[in-house]
Amino acid sequence: MAIDLDRCTGCEACVVACREENNVPVSGAEATGHGRVTEWLRVERYMEGTFPNVRMRFKPVLCVHCDDAPCVKVCPVSATYETDDGLNAQIHPRCIGTRACAHACPYTVRSFNWSDPSWDAPLEQTINPDVAIRWRGIMEKCTFCVQRIRRVEDGAREQERDARDLEVQPACAQSCPAQAITFGDRSDPESAVAKAFRSPRAELPLEELGTGPRVVYLKEGEWNGRGSSAD
Amino acid sequence: MDADPRRTEERILAPIFATTWRFYAVVAVLLGIIVTGGFFWSLQLRYGLAVAGMNQPVFWGLYITNYIFFIGISHAGTLISAILRLTGAEWRRPITRIAEVITVVALIMGSTNILFHLGRPELILMPFLTPQFLSPLIWDVCAISLYLVGSIIYLYLPLIPDLALLRDRSPRLRPLYRALAIGWEGTPRQHALLEKAISFMAVAIIPIAVSVHTVVSWTLAMTLVPMWHTAIFGPYFVVGAIFSGIAALIVAMAILRKVFRLEEFFTPLSFRNLGLLLITMSCLWAYFTFAEHLTVWYGHEHSEMAVLDSRLTGSFAPYFWTMVVACFVVPLAILSFRKTRTITGSVVAAVSVLVGMWLERFVIVVSSASHPRSQQMWDLGTYSPSTVEIAITAAQFAAFVLMYALFAKLFPLVSIWEVQEEALAPENLGEEGSLPSK
Repeated sequence: MAIDLDRCTGCEACVVACREENNVPVSGAEATGHGRVTEWLRVERYMEGTFPNVRMRFKPVLCVHCDDAPCVKVCPVSATYETDDGLNAQIHPRCIGTRACAHACPYTVRSFNWSDPSWDAPLEQTINPDVAIRWRGIMEKCTFCVQRIRRVEDGAREQERDARDLEVQPACAQSCPAQAITFGDRSDPESAVAKAFRSPRAELPLEELGTGPRVVYLKEGEWNGRGSSAD
Repeated sequence: MDADPRRTEERILAPIFATTWRFYAVVAVLLGIIVTGGFFWSLQLRYGLAVAGMNQPVFWGLYITNYIFFIGISHAGTLISAILRLTGAEWRRPITRIAEVITVVALIMGSTNILFHLGRPELILMPFLTPQFLSPLIWDVCAISLYLVGSIIYLYLPLIPDLALLRDRSPRLRPLYRALAIGWEGTPRQHALLEKAISFMAVAIIPIAVSVHTVVSWTLAMTLVPMWHTAIFGPYFVVGAIFSGIAALIVAMAILRKVFRLEEFFTPLSFRNLGLLLITMSCLWAYFTFAEHLTVWYGHEHSEMAVLDSRLTGSFAPYFWTMVVACFVVPLAILSFRKTRTITGSVVAAVSVLVGMWLERFVIVVSSASHPRSQQMWDLGTYSPSTVEIAITAAQFAAFVLMYALFAKLFPLVSIWEVQEEALAPENLGEEGSLPSK
């Protein structure tokens, strides 16, 4: 996945789309105030300069599906693992809720179900039948919308062809009005994502840790992609 | 010490044969605290961990703090008992038993924290069924299971001759003592075998104990979290564990000698020697703490500095500096001088160390957890323990005391045969460094 930070407007459409697609429960104001929020994708805000000359920067943050994932190693019961096609997946029934993976993850993108999932009416009618609802006491995380990947793969197999570039659209990429998010197969050198990884604007998140992120940020030089927080 | 073996027996067995109303009152209070904690735990089981104070990014809180603290306390038994037994320090004879009991009870109490901590406590046995051996948590499970089994055996072996005594003399529970005494008659052959078994366990238990707190520290240190990810954590935690273990032993000695009138066994000499050990460990602990924090400060790495700042001047500063005073300044100020190195003095120092070491675990776990590498999380994670966590913590400490009290009512707190052995061999009196007498 490639995320173009120069395009991102911080509208958080991706956050909403992710929630809808993956049945991520609504945490509510009180729990969110205590920091007990379940989310697979967040948009971080950074402020540059001092008032009145300020500029906001936005950065969508989600699981980067590391090549050498710190979260996979620490799980005592193999509830998190790496799939053959390079996704970091969570096996929900296996998870016992040690939350070791949550600390092992340097990006803090794993979410814990602090309480039973709930949706205020009429949101419960929007639940996606393709995605299982998780229950309290377990970890969950971004899957790169694996259900969509599998559906495209199955369709392509039926038609006896390979999946086309950009054929798989995770909910966040599909919903982005600025088309800041691109998803595809990096192993195909001609894919849009592979090209993005080669871009001079490319920067891997926390590259120095050697986790091998499969998400790349694209941006012009002057911003280091981190900076101080605006919240 | 009284050389009359019969009188020694009477003094040590008195708490088992006679129970005052005060004991029942204490048990009632402890049960009250435990039941309250149980009620709050039922709330947590019903509503999930949302009722605890943890959040994102502070996924680990008071339960892990207590876990590390209790497992640390459990090192009392090993050090005092195994090391002093091997080096033939005679003054350890009356205090080995109570140290070993601390080990077993603290290990049990420490392990219960896993139950409170897990998101799905009903699956607590999963790590045994489907272990993933790359996980430091599995190393932890292995090390602590081994240590628990080892320390129960190590507590039980020297208890056998005393159990046989109880089998012959106790007015009640004779079948229990008979079963546990496994036919001990005190023949020379049995004595030789027992000594051999104890010596073997004393040697075996030391590396296990060292591994336990090393592995506990590795559950933190193996992650990339700033100020957890450091090689010093293994030895640092072992030193801290032994340090708090000695403090726990001093406090236990002081309480037990008053409550069960065992003044003649827990002598000022024991307090003085343990006090000196406490200072040694305090200096070692301070050295490790200094080395760790200086390295971080000098390196000045951005994300690590966030943790360090929060400890030195930020929101964790009150806990951090209380810890430094409680673990280093207070014990050193009291125990360095012969005049204050009294029983009262060592108890004050020991209580201070226990408080300080609990704070140390808390500061280590929570200040790092609050400052992950993902900077925008820093503002979100303010952790303060909830009523549920505090009530469960109180229940754990109450259960610790209760289990200890029940042990005191069932088994002798001082190893009768070992004390008699010493009394009957006066040439060994006070001769530290000599081999244990046969």
